[in-house]
Amino acid sequence: MSILIKGATLPGGTTTDVLVQDGTIAELGAISAKADQTIDADGLRLLPGLVDLHTHLREPGREDAETVLTGSRAAAVGGYTAVLAMANTNPVTDTGEAAERVHDLGRAAGLVDVQPVGAVTKGLAGQELAEIGLMARSRARVRVFSDDGRCVHDPRVMRRALEYVKAFGGVVSQHSQDPSLAGPSACCHEGELSGRLGLPGWPGVAEEVIVARDVMLARHTGSRVHVAHVSTAGSVEVVRWAKAQGIDVTAEVTPHHLLLTTDLLSGYDPTYKVNPPLRPDEDVQALREALADGTIDAVATDHAPHARHDKEHAFVDAAFGMLGLETALPVVTTVMVESGLLDWAGVARTMSTRPAEIAGLEGHGRPIAVGEPANLTLVDPAAQVVVDRAASVSLSRNNPWHDRKLTGRVIATLLRGTPTVLEGAIA
Amino acid sequence: MNRHLLSIDDVSADDIQEIFTTAAEMHDVQRRQVKKLPALRGRTVINLFFEDSTRTRSSFEIAGKWLSADVINLSAKGSSASKGESLRDTVLTVTAMGIDGLVVRHSASGAAEQISRWIDVPVINAGDGTHEHPTQALLDGYTLTRRLGSLEGRHVAIVGDLTHSRVFRSNVKSLTKLGATVTAVAPPTLMPAGVGDWSKTAGFATAYDLDEVLPQADAVMMLRVQRERMSGGFFPTAREYTVGYGLTRERLAVLEPGTPILHPGPMNRGLEISADAADALDSVVLDQVSAGVAVRMSVLYHLLAGEETSA
Ligand SMILES: [Zn+2]
Repeated sequence: MSILIKGATLPGGTTTDVLVQDGTIAELGAISAKADQTIDADGLRLLPGLVDLHTHLREPGREDAETVLTGSRAAAVGGYTAVLAMANTNPVTDTGEAAERVHDLGRAAGLVDVQPVGAVTKGLAGQELAEIGLMARSRARVRVFSDDGRCVHDPRVMRRALEYVKAFGGVVSQHSQDPSLAGPSACCHEGELSGRLGLPGWPGVAEEVIVARDVMLARHTGSRVHVAHVSTAGSVEVVRWAKAQGIDVTAEVTPHHLLLTTDLLSGYDPTYKVNPPLRPDEDVQALREALADGTIDAVATDHAPHARHDKEHAFVDAAFGMLGLETALPVVTTVMVESGLLDWAGVARTMSTRPAEIAGLEGHGRPIAVGEPANLTLVDPAAQVVVDRAASVSLSRNNPWHDRKLTGRVIATLLRGTPTVLEGAIA
Repeated sequence: MNRHLLSIDDVSADDIQEIFTTAAEMHDVQRRQVKKLPALRGRTVINLFFEDSTRTRSSFEIAGKWLSADVINLSAKGSSASKGESLRDTVLTVTAMGIDGLVVRHSASGAAEQISRWIDVPVINAGDGTHEHPTQALLDGYTLTRRLGSLEGRHVAIVGDLTHSRVFRSNVKSLTKLGATVTAVAPPTLMPAGVGDWSKTAGFATAYDLDEVLPQADAVMMLRVQRERMSGGFFPTAREYTVGYGLTRERLAVLEPGTPILHPGPMNRGLEISADAADALDSVVLDQVSAGVAVRMSVLYHLLAGEETSA
């Protein structure tokens, strides 16, 4: 099977034909050879396939909200070739068998590589380490561990986790939220709006103290820590400082924290309820700058599908989370590329190369070069799209981008040379 | 007037005056032997209470009945989430019975506003979490207006647990709309987040020192301190709270005679309000209760009397 991509512009700006053969990039340049299939890429950008460090797939346990298959579809449509599936399913991914099950479901779906994230602690309870080593040694080869949804709050447990994952080059991805500073029902950025609306506040400092603590623990243990969904300017400062000290810390930001602000909560619409919460504009600006200058390494979606009825509660009782996989690239294009903060090489770096490196994913996030695996995403950088939540291939509809006009559209996605998406739809 | 009463934001200063004018007429009816008015005959109002409040529920119930509405009390406490039913499902089920107005009380901020988007009958917020309690604010404003005449230029001190008080959030809006100057007094731990910015745009003052504020107050509104707050580390002890922020006998003596003392009830005697203050001649706590019925009659009348009865 061969595919010829005609006239694509690479992240660096050169325009070339790309011949994909048997899952690998076989040739670059002006190619006249015939292929089984030809894609006209005039005016389009070819990126290494996107990698999401932070996806919630809901299987097992909540297959009414999303399954590995439907989540894989959403990922492929969004231009992803690999996603890391968070461990907070039911049951939790905290054993080797559980990790292999998720991995195998991903294989069966066959649209993206689904790489399970292992829980740090048994049942996400924050007390005892989960079977981290068995997950690492399993067929799933787990390298990223996270209790996401919850913070590994006990500093001793966090320390041991950081030490333990060193044995196999793993990383702990922390959901930074001091549960005492952000109380049990915290659901709105603590500030003027939360005070006025009477919503339980989730202060930025509850994130910042954990980020600060964890980078010190990473320094002490000589281990690697990853800060999930950074949301405040203060956290950015801490990460910037830690990197300058040579501490092995990486960080991700979500598309929604790059664009949406806390004032969207003024009508108590649970669509905008997310954890960490949407922050004010000052934080949003700091996050954009930090992504541009490399302080924040990666864009990660925190794709969190929910059944409709789980959002149709009073705001404080509604589920946290919003969809993200299908819209991440258009949001980044709109926020970062159109504003000139990031070029396409920057997009490739933050949405593919760095996430793949952080997750230790081989075969993803590779340069577009001869001999590399053909995990590729073709993007129309100028397309204007009005998001329609009904058009989503996810099982859920908690889409904060509904009716918004965004720039950038994924045209095609190739997983090891096989199109998973063509003309913007599942192939 | 807006279709719903979810927040004081839904009523203008003129709307409030109109509600007061009607309330005064309703108030007179209360003194009659036969208290029924036919205004809402044939209309059905549901009091949907997700959170207990005998006082507010009875007030709405009496108000509806004196207007000849059929009033049904439904307690939905714990019913929806525990049965796996969404709030929307619960509310749609209730309203599908064919009703003309919904009075809703919920422990979650914003619940009334959310509900108003799901149904097509007027919704009256009878208290939503720590957000608002607009009819309480209206009855407080009505009570004060009766006592002091116009509130234009009058100074009202609102004292206590501001963070968790929906009464505060509604009153600060309604009192400023009525032309009053408001000073919100609390220890820093019981001030709402971001109150500095909010007070500037909303036009009220804040203070930590009650003794500096009291001599200038034309009215004092004491807020209830929830006992469970004390273990939340908001202040060290009840004793310390009373010394700093209680309307004690000594502070009572500082007030000009005729300064109305309000409390939304139920009162923690000896904590935020001394027995002397609660029972003082200038205490209008019971006036607030009776005004509550009149004001709620007025609100129901204004929101529902014009509405077409559902089939
Ligand atoms: Zn998280």
